[in-house]
Amino acid sequence: MQTSSDNILSAVRIEKGFPGTKALDKVDFHLRRGEVHALLGENGAGKSTLIKCLTGAYRRDGGSILLDGAEVDPRDTFDAQRLGIGTVYQEVNLLPNLTVAENLFLGRQPRRFGMVDTRTMNRKARELLAEYELDLDVTRDLASFSVAIQQVVAIARAVDLSGKVLILDEPTASLDAHEVAMLFRIVRRLKARGLGIIFITHFLEQVYEISDRITVLRNGQLVGTRDTSDLSRRDLIAMMIGRELAAEIHSARTEVAEGRLRYRFRNYGRRGRINPFDLDVRAGEVVGIAGLLGSGRTETADVLFGAHRADSGTAEIDGQTVDLSSPRAAIRQKFGFCPEDRKTDGIVGDLSVRENIVLALQARRGWTRPISRAEQNRLADQYIRALDIRTPDREKPIKLLSGGNQQKAILARWLATEPEFLILDEPTRGIDVGAHAEIVRLIESLREKGLSLIVISSEIEELVAYSTRVVVLRDRTHVAELGGDRITAHQIVEAIAAANEREAS
Amino acid sequence: MTSTVRTYLGRLLPQLIALTIIIAAISIIFPGFLNLQIQNGRLYGSLVDILNRGAPVVLLAIGMTVVIATKGIDLSVGAVMAICGAVSASLITSGHSLAETLLITLAVGILCGIWNGILVAVLDIQPIIATLVLMVAGRGIAQLITEGAILTFNDPGLIFIGSGSFAGLPMPVVIWLVFGVLVALVVRQTALGMLVEAVGVNREASTLSGVFTPVLLIAAYVLSGLCAAIAGVIAAADIKGADANNAGLWLELDAILAVVVGGTSLLGGRFSIAASVLGAIIIQAINTGILLSGFPPEFNLIIKAAIIVFILVLQSPRFRAAFAFVSIPRVAGKPTEREAK
Amino acid sequence: MKFVKALASATILAACTFGTASAADLVVGFSQIGSESGWRAAETTLTKQQAEQRGIDLKFADAQQKQENQIKAIRSFIAQGVNAILLAPVVATGWDEVLQEAKDAEIPVILLDRTVDAPKELYLTAVTSDLVHEGNVAGKWLVDTVAGKPCNVVELQGTTGSSPAIDRKKGFEAALAGKDNLKIVRSQTGDFTRTKGKEVMESFLKAEDGGKNICALYAHNDDMAVGAIQAIKEAGLKPGKDILVVSIDAVPDIFQAMAAGEANATVELTPNMAGPAFDALATYLKDGKEPEKWIQTESKLYTQADDPMKVYEEKKGLGY
Repeated sequence: MQTSSDNILSAVRIEKGFPGTKALDKVDFHLRRGEVHALLGENGAGKSTLIKCLTGAYRRDGGSILLDGAEVDPRDTFDAQRLGIGTVYQEVNLLPNLTVAENLFLGRQPRRFGMVDTRTMNRKARELLAEYELDLDVTRDLASFSVAIQQVVAIARAVDLSGKVLILDEPTASLDAHEVAMLFRIVRRLKARGLGIIFITHFLEQVYEISDRITVLRNGQLVGTRDTSDLSRRDLIAMMIGRELAAEIHSARTEVAEGRLRYRFRNYGRRGRINPFDLDVRAGEVVGIAGLLGSGRTETADVLFGAHRADSGTAEIDGQTVDLSSPRAAIRQKFGFCPEDRKTDGIVGDLSVRENIVLALQARRGWTRPISRAEQNRLADQYIRALDIRTPDREKPIKLLSGGNQQKAILARWLATEPEFLILDEPTRGIDVGAHAEIVRLIESLREKGLSLIVISSEIEELVAYSTRVVVLRDRTHVAELGGDRITAHQIVEAIAAANEREAS
Repeated sequence: MTSTVRTYLGRLLPQLIALTIIIAAISIIFPGFLNLQIQNGRLYGSLVDILNRGAPVVLLAIGMTVVIATKGIDLSVGAVMAICGAVSASLITSGHSLAETLLITLAVGILCGIWNGILVAVLDIQPIIATLVLMVAGRGIAQLITEGAILTFNDPGLIFIGSGSFAGLPMPVVIWLVFGVLVALVVRQTALGMLVEAVGVNREASTLSGVFTPVLLIAAYVLSGLCAAIAGVIAAADIKGADANNAGLWLELDAILAVVVGGTSLLGGRFSIAASVLGAIIIQAINTGILLSGFPPEFNLIIKAAIIVFILVLQSPRFRAAFAFVSIPRVAGKPTEREAK
Repeated sequence: MKFVKALASATILAACTFGTASAADLVVGFSQIGSESGWRAAETTLTKQQAEQRGIDLKFADAQQKQENQIKAIRSFIAQGVNAILLAPVVATGWDEVLQEAKDAEIPVILLDRTVDAPKELYLTAVTSDLVHEGNVAGKWLVDTVAGKPCNVVELQGTTGSSPAIDRKKGFEAALAGKDNLKIVRSQTGDFTRTKGKEVMESFLKAEDGGKNICALYAHNDDMAVGAIQAIKEAGLKPGKDILVVSIDAVPDIFQAMAAGEANATVELTPNMAGPAFDALATYLKDGKEPEKWIQTESKLYTQADDPMKVYEEKKGLGY
């Protein structure tokens, strides 16, 4: 058993909130000397917020950070660097138009008679890179080297500057297998030198290959820290997408929808985004879509709504072939779509809650047939009341509302068009617990009214709670479909993990 | 109803204050400034000059407002003015009727707008680059039409547009008043205004909500082209000739400035055509004031810049926060709620 | 050097031997700025006419306002082995190298309309008008016309800071110096354009008691005068009578105004820079006699007495 003095970096009860959301809720994180510690979680789990708090990019709202047992409070990333915490991001944040040596010594170039001593700088740069098995012309522009080399240069600079903690934020995202191997050799060597390394990635195989311990975050909360060798792949996925709660919630729901089959998609897909799939949706049915990040969840939604035109297959509604080649075409078929990225694709920030609610309806009617102001007011008030959108008045710019209330307003935008087919992509992401429960209830009630819904969520227990069927995705392919009794968190996790294990072997 | 009037006035208040201050300042420097008299059956005086001389920029600002509301910008309007002036002059001198001349000229302006709109909406080129193309090429096209010379004409009908008068007002003033009210009505009485604002604030979200963004964007540039065409005809009619080298030169910048002075954000979204028109009038009032003041011309641009900086400071959120009383009438949320009940 | 000169004369000799007449075989390159104004277009037309009259084979190159195009054109003229080059330079600086190349090739270069900042030995001569003199001629006309009566003058300047605006103002003021009856009461820039000329004149009229205080207008170019004339008319006054109008350039439209009695006088900036240039070139090629470094064109004064309609007809076809 190692004592706490082995921890080079400890973060205790870190809190960070953004308007309307709690990004980090009293998260503990301990990094030991000489270990590679993987930090995992789905998008929005709080990984990057935690890193930004550690490096001073964000001011934390609460909690403390101990480096080498002493409390530190980095004001910004430079301060963190000076204290000993260096960070390398996925996109190398160096200057591509400077030479390798200049990048390594930027801001601290060796000087002679007040002038930059280029010769000394180049010699030192070569010496430094030799420690990383790199022998390259340090006088060439950084941009002339591959991303992998640039990564290593960035690591060399960060380690040389900081030397205690190295944070690697998705460093392998754009590297090939060979380059990843090179990077990992370097990481192991730094680990042997006693550095503490935090490693963030979405590639689970890499986690098992390089990390000693794993910490999982979900919804801004710490799920747990485990030794990598003791944690099965399946349990890891369960930690990431949540399972423990799921069983109970599911037991509360009994009925299975047996509405009329209305929507038939055959061989539907788009090259490079989502492989062709078959999908049937009944009236009064909620089809959940599960899968890890990048498995093709959002791409499925995009192609169903025509945000990206399908290039294969057919769509039928009530036996009639229909055109869903654009959002406008889909809306004509009474489709609605709440996109994943609420801020960039959902809300129209400067416009009022009222205008945001009537937008889709107005767009469908066309500009020559304006909805009267009185009617707009009526619609807005109706949905503000029905969905309990918390806003001082309907004329408030929507960007001033909390995430949950924004989400409800976008739902209202579609409900105002009286849709029959609603696609919700991560409807509960980044919103507080109260609003979360309301949206889950709303999905239930819409289903009861006979709507067909497609709901994408990275929260397994949520899917279990409201889905009548769950489609599991992997590698941009629909790989499994679970219905009836088989909709349990356990089965879903199994299906995802089976896919991943097959991939790993 | 009164509440809408109040919100409307609240929106225009900073511009009205600025205009009042400028007019007051000029009439102190030059006492005859406010004099108005009837001469040859039309109003005559410096105030009328401001409205009259401001016509091209007012018209450009009307179109520019809508383009800027879509988060775009139209740098080509000055060049389109030159093209349309040249087209109208060459048509009328080659014996076409006034109606034909005007129709074809306006069609050319619309065509220029369609070109810009397609570059922006369909080819997805950044508006500043897309319209730069026509800004550079347009003046060359105009010079090709006039063959580098000032193409003069004597058609009384066309000249009437520039220097005639109707109901005591100079024709250019009548034209921009009627056109401005027309555009404002079309934009606000249909859903166009809201859809344009939605596209300007968030094009992606609007498209996903079913707004037909490409058509809307093209329409905005077409309006801008149409405005430039009318402005071009007025500018040519005013001097009875098409001056391809100088017509509309740098006026795109004045039009953008008018929109900014009118308080519409260059980042798109909320817009007010009335405020932009006021902005254009403010700029022209400054120009006319400088001319009347008798300062040496070397000071013209400095004085203009200083006044505009002052107006922009007046409008800045920080200044407003510090002097909250300026924006009191804007917070008119309560009356609208009463209205709903 | 002697050798080169000998070679050059040998070339000319050869040309004479194989050709029929000396001038007929002259090949002259002309690098024109572009066609940014009517005056420029007229200069191009007249240069072509003058070349034709003299049987000179003129090679014309339009630089479209770009110095690099002009340098390219000159190099191409040198490569073609022309006998002389006419250059209307778009800017004043940056010519030394290419002029040296022409000199090395023994091809005389004559500058038209504008001068350059280069050693004088690099070009044969410059044919330009004297801007100060133009202003002076206009001023003298006004002094003579008012003949001692008190007269308030308003001035429409060219683009602020441009050399025509500075020099034409200077020359005009010099002519008025010491004449206490003449006073410039207002002076503003009209940017050399009709629109601005009209707008600024409108404000002058308002500022000077509806124009009653103004006895004469001096405009730095005819275009501004044409715009101002419209403003005067719209203010209910008679240009040419209530307010005297004198301007510079002598473009066709001002002659129409003069014929209508609405303008009084204009000073010609002749677009015929090529005529004197060809004359100087002929003398040089014949006797080897170098002309003066500056040939000043005539700044001719036209008034309503000079049959303006006839001048208008003459000038109309020049492409103004």
